Amino acid sequence: MKSTVDLLIIGGGPAGMSAAVAAYDAGVRDILILERDAHLGGILQQCIHGGFGLHRFGEELTGPEYAGRYAAMVKEREIPYLCNTMVMHLDENRRVTAMNEEYGLFTIDARAVILAMGCRERPKGALGIAGTRPAGIFTAGTAQKYVNMKGYMPGREVVILGSGDIGLIMARRMTLEGATVKAVCELLPYSGGLARNIEQCLNDFDIPLYLSHTVTEIHGKERVTGVTVAAVDENRRPKSETARFIPCDTLLLSCGLIPENELTKEAGVPLDRVTGGAIVDQNRETAVAGIFSCGNVLHVHDLVDYVSEEAALAGNSAARYLRGESEKKIAVGLKTDGRVRYTVPTHVTEAKDVTVYFRVSDVFRDARVEVRLGDEVLLSRKKLKLAPGEMETVTLKKEWLDKADGKELSFAIVTA
Amino acid sequence: MTRNLTCIVCPRGCEMTVLLDENKKFLSAEGNACPRGLSYAESECTAPVRSLASTVLTESGKLLPVKSASPIPKGKLFDAMREIRVALAPDTLCVGDVVLADLAGTGVALVATANAADL
Amino acid sequence: MTDVLIIGAGVVGGLLARELSLYELSVALVEKEDDVAMGATRANSAIVHAGFDAKEGSLKALLNVKGSEMMEQTAKELGVPYKRNGSIVVGFSEEDRAHLEELLARGVKNGVKGLAILDREELLKVEPGIGDTVTCALYAPTGAIVCPYDLAISAIGCAMDNGAELYVDFPVERIEAIDGGYRVYSGERVLEARTVINCAGVYADKIAAMVGDESFTVFARRGEYMLLDKECGGVCRTTVFRTPTKMGKGILVSPTVDGNLLLGPTAENIDDKGDTKTTPAGLASVARSANEQVKGIPGGKSITSFAGLRAVGSTGDFIINSPRAGFYNVAGIESPGLSASPAIATYVADMLRRDGVTLTPKAGATRVRESMHAFRHMTVEQKNEVIRRDPSYAKIVCRCEGVTEGEILAAIRTNPRPRDLDGVKRRTRAQMGRCQGGFCSPTVVELLAREMGVPFEAVTKSGGGSYINVGRTKGADAQ
Repeated sequence: MKSTVDLLIIGGGPAGMSAAVAAYDAGVRDILILERDAHLGGILQQCIHGGFGLHRFGEELTGPEYAGRYAAMVKEREIPYLCNTMVMHLDENRRVTAMNEEYGLFTIDARAVILAMGCRERPKGALGIAGTRPAGIFTAGTAQKYVNMKGYMPGREVVILGSGDIGLIMARRMTLEGATVKAVCELLPYSGGLARNIEQCLNDFDIPLYLSHTVTEIHGKERVTGVTVAAVDENRRPKSETARFIPCDTLLLSCGLIPENELTKEAGVPLDRVTGGAIVDQNRETAVAGIFSCGNVLHVHDLVDYVSEEAALAGNSAARYLRGESEKKIAVGLKTDGRVRYTVPTHVTEAKDVTVYFRVSDVFRDARVEVRLGDEVLLSRKKLKLAPGEMETVTLKKEWLDKADGKELSFAIVTA
Repeated sequence: MTRNLTCIVCPRGCEMTVLLDENKKFLSAEGNACPRGLSYAESECTAPVRSLASTVLTESGKLLPVKSASPIPKGKLFDAMREIRVALAPDTLCVGDVVLADLAGTGVALVATANAADL
Repeated sequence: MTDVLIIGAGVVGGLLARELSLYELSVALVEKEDDVAMGATRANSAIVHAGFDAKEGSLKALLNVKGSEMMEQTAKELGVPYKRNGSIVVGFSEEDRAHLEELLARGVKNGVKGLAILDREELLKVEPGIGDTVTCALYAPTGAIVCPYDLAISAIGCAMDNGAELYVDFPVERIEAIDGGYRVYSGERVLEARTVINCAGVYADKIAAMVGDESFTVFARRGEYMLLDKECGGVCRTTVFRTPTKMGKGILVSPTVDGNLLLGPTAENIDDKGDTKTTPAGLASVARSANEQVKGIPGGKSITSFAGLRAVGSTGDFIINSPRAGFYNVAGIESPGLSASPAIATYVADMLRRDGVTLTPKAGATRVRESMHAFRHMTVEQKNEVIRRDPSYAKIVCRCEGVTEGEILAAIRTNPRPRDLDGVKRRTRAQMGRCQGGFCSPTVVELLAREMGVPFEAVTKSGGGSYINVGRTKGADAQ
């Protein structure tokens, strides 16, 4: 195993592959992708449903197809990658310790590192649901792995807590494979999933979606025998008078995704409190020089197409970093009003057109997205609907950034 | 009469209002951001179809992801699943190769979405 | 006929089995669950108490102090992590302080070393993490932490290495006195033993009643806990108790030997001895109290919550006696039971000896067992040496805890063998991290199925009807 590399990419999912391809196309030749799974593709491998790729490829692809296209691009370019390889440590000098069967534990010093480790699901423990701890409680993604990768059914009568897209998708998958999905409960007054998934995954199969509802207790000693479900008040506290028992053998949890930033923290990269991902500039470079972050490890995306897009940006940035290039340096902070929960990037260091991704905290109708410099409104865009489940973007113009050097641009949602 | 629909063609999920005549025949729709929404609305009000994705066993016992090559009638989803459940795919199949030529009598093929050799 | 049959494979039964396995005796250990360490041992505070709580002169006090002294060596022999992190009992008022003075006096009488009452200033040097309203504390530098199920599993493994036999899924239903011993029934299975030792935890009263001893009862006191992500493990260094009440030592905040932060337990007497459910009120009270004792516990970092049952005896003390010849009770082993467990083992061995059981050291028997956690503590060079011989040690299965396939396979192949997901979890920490098995449990199921030679869907979470999958989705045998 060689001991140095120009660009090391941690994670061979959609983000890592796209970053690698972009960096290669920008001239970087000494690249290595480290992937913990047996194949490139990441979580897309188990997302066998369609709906991916409309933006990126102009057609609707399944997860394996989307991953396959990028894997093919990686292979065409003969970009080196190691599967079944787990990165154990990363330090601020970009020294990576990894492990696989062929090389055992080994270290590589990288001139640049792109973090593309993805995210994981929020487990039951983090939700604090009371009751017993029987078999039959799965995160939606784990159930998806059992059904789609292993060919086993986790249960027959299912209640799903959380209406994130994976939960909705699994409601349909389990139904098609012969299970009965009795209810989907969502703590919030709106679903975090895409409207089309509510339509085609729940409504198509007459699966009820209970908004402002939660699971308050899990029953069953060995296997789940049922759950207690209750409506919640505006403070998200269960209203005990509404509690009712739903018999089921399975509880699926689709209650949010958490970027997997353990390595990031080890390398001393500061994280954003809201996204749980690294604080990055417009190049997706973190506060530690030469370490970049992209995809769901940076912030949870709604569509893989945007993951690829962002990762390509990180790949290009890493290539420029390796060439020692940089544009005119400025310092512009991006501030949010709370209704805009976060922005990626959090700050801008170059005067050029910059696309900013953000998410909102609530459902807003007939609202305007505003970008201001002090009292001056630079942009005011009308939106019929803004929802927390969907990522939004605005593009900051070079001249605004020039003007804002040393100051902050503020992002706000304005409603009537 | 009118009917409310959520478009499922793309992740945008446009909320549409569809105008139907007294025979529930499609007349027009609004709320769609693109022409594909319009054709979705018409199809949804006439003969709704859905894409289907699942897995089939390969001869060596692997699990191959598959999809319907195009959407099939919504009412045929479970019939299609019954065929998919017992289908067996050769381990030589590649992305796009046909697993079942005529899924549940719909005339639509079931195709592989991964290379069996890469599983 | 077996010489000694121990009922209950928890930490008490396990360490006793190990102790007796050192002698020329045949030892059988029976357990009603499908794995060892499934009762109170599975879910408790994991604390080695210094020994100031128990009333002077009680068996609890004697065995706590002695056990606490023995624990470091015992853990070392069994390859189980042990850390003497010290414990503090914090007070919020003058009244609490008076109570702490009593504890101090009691501790001194019990022979606990190094106890001191600290004012807030001194306390901050010992434990910078204490809550803002804490005014004083009793400091016990000999307080320590150890993993109870790890200890039990290793002790039982050691006993089995020495020839002891383990019978799981062996709920004792009837005991019959026979000539020179007892016949112990579990369904169709029958074992005969000269000596029977009842270490049955919350069910010890039922077992005693089977031989006509109804002199005590054991009730279950449920304690609810929250386990926090490893990123919170540094919130405090010591184990932080609050001034005790008559229901127990109250909520504690403690790092664990594995680097998590443990909060709990509540204390609630319950009728159903199998009821280990958590309640919204219980978990809320744990969080509330913990935040008074220690500051800076981040919210939303719980990775799991669980409840354990303490076996509380009706006498107020440990019940260790022999109600009839050849039958021994080791009952009511509530807190500080874990702390006392090594001392209980030697105490009971001494009782047997006094009662005429010949204890001749067995040639080749050992107190020592190779650590199940050796790999994770190796240097890079040592790890690479292991990987060269067995590449499965380079294959990470559990990402969160960094557990390799090699470690999991070794655990599955080592006595006492795990037979389900939870068993693997307790032995290897796979599925015990922040994602709680989300990523790795399907792989662990696969490894268990392969090693046990059973179908994938036959693997359970924790035995019995705790199945994980209901059948195949595809193929001729699809549901």
